[in-house]
Amino acid sequence: MLHQLSWKVGGQQGEGIESTGEIFATAMNRLGYHLYGYRHFSSRIKGGHTNNKITVRPTEVRSIADDLDILVAFDQETIDVNYKELTPKSIILADAKFNPVAPEDCVAPLFAVGFTEIAAELGTSLMKNMVAIGATAALLNLKEEVFQNVVTEIFGRKGEEVVAKNMEAIQLGRVAIAEQIGERVGDWELAPADGKRRMFMIGNDAVAFGALAAGARFMAAYPITPASEIMEFMIKKLPLVGGAVIQTEDEIAAATMAIGANYGGVRSFTASAGPGLSLMMEAIGLSGMTEQPLVIFDTQRGGPSTGLPTKQEQSDLMAMVYGTHGEIPKVIIAPSTMEEAFYDTIQAFNIAEELQLPVIVLTDLQLALGKQSVDPFDYSKVEIRRGKIVTPEETDAKDYFKRYEVTEDGISPRVLPGVKGGIHHVTGVEHNEQGKPSEATGNRRDQMDKRFRKLNSLRFDNPVHVNAPHEEADVLLVGFNSTRGAIEEVQEVLNAEGIKTNHAHVRLVFPFPAEEMSALVDKAKKVIVVENNATGQLSNIMKMAIGGHAKTTNILKYDGTPFLPRELTNLVKEKI
Amino acid sequence: MATFKDFRNDVKPNWCPGCGDFSVQAAIQRAAANVGYEPNELAVVSGIGCSGRISGYINSYGFHGIHGRALPIAQGLKMANRDLKVIASGGDGDGFAIGMGHTIHAIRRNIDITYVVMDNQIYGLTKGQTSPRSAAGFVTKSTPGGAIEPSLKPLEVALTAGATFVAQGFSTEIKELTALIEAGLNHKGFSFINVFSPCVTYNKVNTYDWFKENLTKVADIEGYDSSNREQAMQAVMQSEGLLTGIIYQDTETTSYQEKVSGYSEIPLTDIDISLTEEQFDKLTKEFM
Ligand SMILES: Cc1ncc(C[n+]2csc(CCOP(=O)(O)OP(=O)(O)O)c2C)c(N)n1
Ligand code: SF4
Repeated sequence: MLHQLSWKVGGQQGEGIESTGEIFATAMNRLGYHLYGYRHFSSRIKGGHTNNKITVRPTEVRSIADDLDILVAFDQETIDVNYKELTPKSIILADAKFNPVAPEDCVAPLFAVGFTEIAAELGTSLMKNMVAIGATAALLNLKEEVFQNVVTEIFGRKGEEVVAKNMEAIQLGRVAIAEQIGERVGDWELAPADGKRRMFMIGNDAVAFGALAAGARFMAAYPITPASEIMEFMIKKLPLVGGAVIQTEDEIAAATMAIGANYGGVRSFTASAGPGLSLMMEAIGLSGMTEQPLVIFDTQRGGPSTGLPTKQEQSDLMAMVYGTHGEIPKVIIAPSTMEEAFYDTIQAFNIAEELQLPVIVLTDLQLALGKQSVDPFDYSKVEIRRGKIVTPEETDAKDYFKRYEVTEDGISPRVLPGVKGGIHHVTGVEHNEQGKPSEATGNRRDQMDKRFRKLNSLRFDNPVHVNAPHEEADVLLVGFNSTRGAIEEVQEVLNAEGIKTNHAHVRLVFPFPAEEMSALVDKAKKVIVVENNATGQLSNIMKMAIGGHAKTTNILKYDGTPFLPRELTNLVKEKI
Repeated sequence: MATFKDFRNDVKPNWCPGCGDFSVQAAIQRAAANVGYEPNELAVVSGIGCSGRISGYINSYGFHGIHGRALPIAQGLKMANRDLKVIASGGDGDGFAIGMGHTIHAIRRNIDITYVVMDNQIYGLTKGQTSPRSAAGFVTKSTPGGAIEPSLKPLEVALTAGATFVAQGFSTEIKELTALIEAGLNHKGFSFINVFSPCVTYNKVNTYDWFKENLTKVADIEGYDSSNREQAMQAVMQSEGLLTGIIYQDTETTSYQEKVSGYSEIPLTDIDISLTEEQFDKLTKEFM
């Protein structure tokens, strides 16, 4: 019995590869297994190789597996591109239609199954993915009933007959592979799962759910990979709670509209990726200067320019920290798990309103689109804090309201447009306490200091996710966003081998948690910062904030693919 | 009830004496009072330019944003608080060069706000470069040999973009301009008002006298029907855009807000923004 199964389905884009993975994964999730899915796709709609790799375990799974147990291939390219991940214990299930051949050095056996042929005999070759799922089910010793609910949900509205046909396709897929492999049926059976119901979602779902729970009721955005799902979720859900989404003409409009709506008093946000963030830079400065709350999600993808639009990278960090001209206070949060993505989003909206500044929630493609099983979020932990909003009863100002009053903590009272006694001016020009333009040197200093002073009030629990079992470590591994799972697995391996390894995953990127990180760096002989970029952006930010430069090195990967645990283990070993 | 004086504040405009923008400001203040707003019920959002300073000169909520982006800020504000009256304003560079994309899409989108452009056919604040509104041949600092690009035709653009309200005024004709802005404020949807607002410092061609000589009022065109888009387009083309009055108004098309499904009828700022536990659990189950 296996304790981990790594399954991959591949073929041409637009051929139903996604739904094959989706149906298999959903069924496994409902059995209580833990999953981690990662899609490889290209920036075209039809054609081009795509695959979906799903790692399944009865216990928690944190990362994509290095190896592959079962490869389901709908074309030869799938075999050619992916066979190196196979081991002698693996198996290839390939559609007989394309006369599949295993490359000479392929260590796993290949079985050609008439996916298309069987489906066509049932009425439509579209059902070839169900035949493939049936074949998979045979290897895993899964009963068809496991798929009944999922199939009914997907095809139910097309009628009972369609559901029945699809179930039949699964059954026939099972029979077809059983005839070929005989007693090896069931060899890939997984240890039983706990049967607990968990959510199965992508990071974009987690942040969108978070935004909804945080009370965001307006979103303005422009489509882009890998952020669009956030907008699509909001388009489905905001109307149910009275809110609205505007798909704008560009990201400049998206960011400035969100600023306008926040100024109006409703929690508003936008979401994009690198190219969109580049366009938003001036607006981010406006939010900082006018002290209007603004929440932006940046789902990082491969840059620069259009770069690798459908691939993993973590190269926006510097641009987010230092982007926008002039100097403003801002907060950048980088969640690394589904839970963090959800709760940090809620924090982002709270911080943006409490400190009246822009908050960027940084994710990356692997986190944004990787689909994982996750325990339900905790409703009781959702807390909405809106900061110093002055109610109509609290102001009867006759003159302009001091919206930019210089206060001890730098946070000024905020009044929403419409309120009598609240009239004030807002401008990106340097301004006085009433918001009226002023270039006086003293005022400039006061306002600048006031804006930056707000950061002293930043409350952020656990700015670094720490797993540091060693008082004196041989190595401290550092990362941010989706590299967390791979690093955790590396840490386990190294510790088991006697290499004392600590792990710090930076969650609050800016202002950089210098104190927490310094303490960890001090305890380590070597510091290795693991990043999906070419220049070591996180380590550079670290070096600006704390010491330990001589012992700090990088492991950098910028080929568009995520770190895999064994690969990373070897890279770390080379460094120590 | 507020009078136009209630819309005055104590800030002294830094416009050059004689600048057309003074009268636009006065017209907005009068129109706001005439339609019965209180200062706190109005927000003026403006872009960057000499004209963009206007939001600081009116006693109302004011937001002076960034160059070319008055419209998206204003639209976001209106979406947040649909009870608030929102005016966006700025120069011709602001609205027709850097902000042109937003202008066209705001017109198409038809959110219920009023947009007043102070069109002086030149860049004032940056000291006299050509604008998309400068006529071909116009000599400026950036076009010493005369502009070679044809000038942009905002009324034609607005009409083809699907505008539901298009008007044009002239800043010295304060009565007419006030009436146009009032009509815009009362219009249910996006109202676009282009105003010839001479720059006395950098534009020595399109002067007050020049406009007086060249402008025609639609009211003087016999049988002019402002609900007829084809006729509006024809009149605009024939006059090369030198018309004033309500050029076109469509009173039937509903505004964007009326069309958004599920959008709260009370301002989003007034709704309870927390999810109930029931809503939360329902969402959770959808992922299971
Ligand atoms: C992004 C950006 N680019 C350029 C400028 C410089 N700038 C300020 S106002 C302006 C144009 C002003 O012309 P217009 O919008 O017609 O307004 P006017 O001053 O004539 O009223 C320019 C180019 C700026 N503020 N921001
Ligand atoms: S430069 Fe022109 S537009 Fe600017 S204030 Fe002076 S007259 Fe008005």
